[in-house]
Amino acid sequence: MANPSQLQALKIGGPLMNLIKLKGVPILQQLNLEECLLRTSSRNWCIINQGTNQPTIVMGVSGKPAELLKIESVLCDQIPVVRRFTGGGTVVVDPNTIFVTFICNKDAVAGLQPYPQPIMSWTGALYNKVFQGIGDFHLRGNDYVFGDHKFGGNAQSITKNRWIHHTSFLWDYEVRNVAYLKLPARAPLYRLARGHLEFICRMKDYMSRSEFISRTIEATKTHFSLRSARGRIH
Amino acid sequence: MWASSTANALRISCASKAHLSPAFSLSRCFSSVLDGLKYASSHEWVKHEGPVATIGITDHAQDHLGEVVFVELPEPGGSVSQGGSFGAVESVKATSDVNSPISGEIVEVNSKLAESPGLINKSPYEDGWMIKLKPSNPSELESLMGSKEYTKFCEEEDAAH
Repeated sequence: MANPSQLQALKIGGPLMNLIKLKGVPILQQLNLEECLLRTSSRNWCIINQGTNQPTIVMGVSGKPAELLKIESVLCDQIPVVRRFTGGGTVVVDPNTIFVTFICNKDAVAGLQPYPQPIMSWTGALYNKVFQGIGDFHLRGNDYVFGDHKFGGNAQSITKNRWIHHTSFLWDYEVRNVAYLKLPARAPLYRLARGHLEFICRMKDYMSRSEFISRTIEATKTHFSLRSARGRIH
Repeated sequence: MWASSTANALRISCASKAHLSPAFSLSRCFSSVLDGLKYASSHEWVKHEGPVATIGITDHAQDHLGEVVFVELPEPGGSVSQGGSFGAVESVKATSDVNSPISGEIVEVNSKLAESPGLINKSPYEDGWMIKLKPSNPSELESLMGSKEYTKFCEEEDAAH
């Protein structure tokens, strides 16, 4: 139950959204939390996790390891491989990846149709505020880019009454980790057959972690009344 | 010529169950809605023929989802409740639940969708069918929308956004 000041905030700032800030929570645990909140909660959530505990390969729901990964290297180096419940492609995440997730009821954002493209556009507009004036940011296809270099990958899942949109931002990355991935057969046109290292860029070259997180929270507040969620993640 | 053919298309034909006629709606994306089917507000259709009901997603849904690249279907023999999810489709970056308009036992799934998920885009009401089930409560069909009602529902949904 919201207290009086929260009720006042609701009148001014829009629907309530619970903010969870994490640091170094393993990506598998984060994904389990997200799927649980998507399917069993009726509240809106924003989760920000600064880094996962170890390098991990995360594939979309239909990803085939043999097609997307250099399996011998992955096995030899014992890199964990996780299949997530959302669509989209494959990414190697590590302690320098920043994860931002929105889990919303379908009527949480006025006028937003709960389909992939409208949700993607809405997040693009939100992050436009975050990166305003910085690095020629835009949403290109389904990726967040500076110019034509990708630094944020997105994926979604849409249920009957709710949706989730989550992003892995490459604040920094290790070149050796990118080498575990094959070139995907399905790629956006703007990629122009570039290899991984020519295609992606590091967000740290444009913004500090703390500034990114505070700007993201401020941008989210333009749509929602944010409330920090309490409790421990075990 | 375009205006007159569109005007003709607006008439909804009252077909018998022996065959289905297209009834074209005036929704912004001109999605097709077929007579003789029933529709759920979550954009699935059901065709009830004797002991079996066939289920898929509508033209409106496939158009809004985009290119379908993967379909997750259940095994035959399971059961599903009205409004419950029985599978999902993946379109580019998103998985979207597919919900059953009626309750019943799943007797067949469309195995062609494993190799050709795009059938859902190309032929949402025919080759893109997803599951067949034996309805456990046929009266649930009465709670679903007919073609005229669903057409209006889609128009109102698109207009509201």
